[in-house]
Amino acid sequence: MSATSGAGVRRRLPGHACPTAPAERREDMTGFRRLATLLLAMLALLAGVTACATRPRSDAPAPADDPAAAFPVKVELPGSPPVTLPQQPKRIISLSPTATETLYAIGAGDQVIAVDQYSNFPAQAPRTDLSGFTADAAAVGAHTPDLVIAPDNAAKLAEGLKVVNVPTLLTPSATTLEDAYQQIEVLGQATGHTKQAAQLVDRMRSQIDEIVRNTPRPPQPLSYFHEVSPDYYTATSQSFVGSVYGLFGLHNIADPAGGKFPQLSEEHVVQANPNLIFVADTKCCQVNAAAVAARPGWNTLDAVQHGRIIGLDDDIAGRWGPRVVDLVRAIGDGVAKAQHG
Amino acid sequence: MTEALSPARAPLRQTKLRPRHLLVALVVLLASILLSVLLGAAELGWQRVLGEIVAQLTGGMSPLSEREAAILWQLRVPRVVLGVLVGAALAVSGAAFQGVFRNPLADPYLLGAASGAGLGATLVITTAPSVPVQFAAFAGALGGVGLTWLVGRSAGRDTATLVLAGVAVGAFLTAGQTFVQQLRVETLEQVYMWILGRLTTTGWREVLIVLPYLAISAVVLCTCARLLDLLGTGDEEAAALGVHPGWVRLLVLTAASLATAAAVSVAGLIGFVGLVVPHLVRLAVGGSFRIIVPLSLLFGGAFLVVADMLARTVLAPAEIPIGVITAFTGAPFFAVLLHRRRA
Repeated sequence: MSATSGAGVRRRLPGHACPTAPAERREDMTGFRRLATLLLAMLALLAGVTACATRPRSDAPAPADDPAAAFPVKVELPGSPPVTLPQQPKRIISLSPTATETLYAIGAGDQVIAVDQYSNFPAQAPRTDLSGFTADAAAVGAHTPDLVIAPDNAAKLAEGLKVVNVPTLLTPSATTLEDAYQQIEVLGQATGHTKQAAQLVDRMRSQIDEIVRNTPRPPQPLSYFHEVSPDYYTATSQSFVGSVYGLFGLHNIADPAGGKFPQLSEEHVVQANPNLIFVADTKCCQVNAAAVAARPGWNTLDAVQHGRIIGLDDDIAGRWGPRVVDLVRAIGDGVAKAQHG
Repeated sequence: MTEALSPARAPLRQTKLRPRHLLVALVVLLASILLSVLLGAAELGWQRVLGEIVAQLTGGMSPLSEREAAILWQLRVPRVVLGVLVGAALAVSGAAFQGVFRNPLADPYLLGAASGAGLGATLVITTAPSVPVQFAAFAGALGGVGLTWLVGRSAGRDTATLVLAGVAVGAFLTAGQTFVQQLRVETLEQVYMWILGRLTTTGWREVLIVLPYLAISAVVLCTCARLLDLLGTGDEEAAALGVHPGWVRLLVLTAASLATAAAVSVAGLIGFVGLVVPHLVRLAVGGSFRIIVPLSLLFGGAFLVVADMLARTVLAPAEIPIGVITAFTGAPFFAVLLHRRRA
């Protein structure tokens, strides 16, 4: 099958703020899977919610060490309506894969009772067939959540849940690392894990700084092409993933097209002859270095001839949660490779 | 959908295809092809492209680098050729449909080809990504038309029944497509983009895939053009002249549906070409299908090639779905046409 036949393509249109990177193709939920999910959900219900993990005391004045004392709390993300939480939420539903990853990374995993069908990380997250795109208030409300975290295009869902008094935090797509850090901190506030969220952000900052510092700077800026789907949807520097490439001083060949996720002409990609090609459609569409090299006309590209095609995990490249560090590492490896090859 | 809107009532200024008209259509087509080969998202420079073409013909030195030559011969030219084939297929099918149904609003998607292809494409996009979309769309388009034919035949033998069957089948298949989409919402955008249409090329592969179907259909439709004129006079007169109207309709609709399915399989649902081009030919030259069918073939190719050239260059290096361009030019024309009908 050709890479451009479009099978299994996923994409985000400019102007259509797709809040979550659509998850990789999943096997259809088998009855067993469904049962397992149900059992997990029941277990979570029966087990009740465990207390927060004990945290090492630091000498710095700890913000809200006792979660209960921190509530009621009003949390707000730029561009979304503020949400007031009367007490610490114990029955959280996350409809955003990025938020799901963050909740588990800041120790709020025990408070999560259900996540959407694309929240495939971490493995223990209680996946349901809810979807951030289509979930309706009744389906979500049936789980009796006390906090729902959803992508920012779920405003209608938020309205519906408001009627039944369920606070809904809408999370917009991050466009910079700072946005991503802010979302982690706000999720920390909302769940009573302010300190762990702050620690996670510190850890991410230092790890990312270290990777960027240890990646050799090329004498002249390298250009790159980031493939979102086989029909040449891409991400510009305006997008979140583009801002991550920006850390390494790379030059994006898609920037003249404008917007965040334009569809490029194949002619332009070949003519631009990028030093590096990153393919973030490895899982959805089985694109890899061999598939790229096999495209008609692409054998003339330097990146193909020198083997500078780097496969990225679709999910890691499309989310702005804790695993951004892995994305930075993969890009750093590519940049380092480009200078040896 | 009444026969009162018969295009046969349009003034028949001409009935025979004149060499002059054929020549004009060929010149327009060749000019469109040349323009589209010279212009594109990659700025190769039209003089240098001409130099490359001359060098290819004479074996001389080419001004293009190896990479630029690859862009020209492996990306741009196949796409131009595919544009000609798809445009020609849609326009000639549209002309054939308008002839069979004697309805100026008929287009190649009337009998469920579009909804069938949409369902087929959506099914593989959502459930079986390893199956090529082209194949699924092709099978779906033919399946949709076949289903319409079966439903229509069970109800009656007239064209109006067939059109109504097409409406019912189309609605049913579209509902099926929507249902499948709802199961996998993350594919919405992909399906949506597919519906807008795009000339997708992988080198010369797609051209070779669709060429045989289009060639057979074009030959059949051009030879049947005279029979369409006869059908326009009414079934009884046609039968008196020894033409079996039912068989003619079946043959023409089969050929047109085959061409449409092939076009849809590589380009998605590009609208308005099949509707607009035959009407333009009719307004410019005359109402006989002996003229409309072959000229629609040539002008359809030219129209879509130019539309694709715009899709590639207007926002370069970004692309616009070609369906946006054809609808943008087609929809106003369509409105004018309706207005004239009313007058």
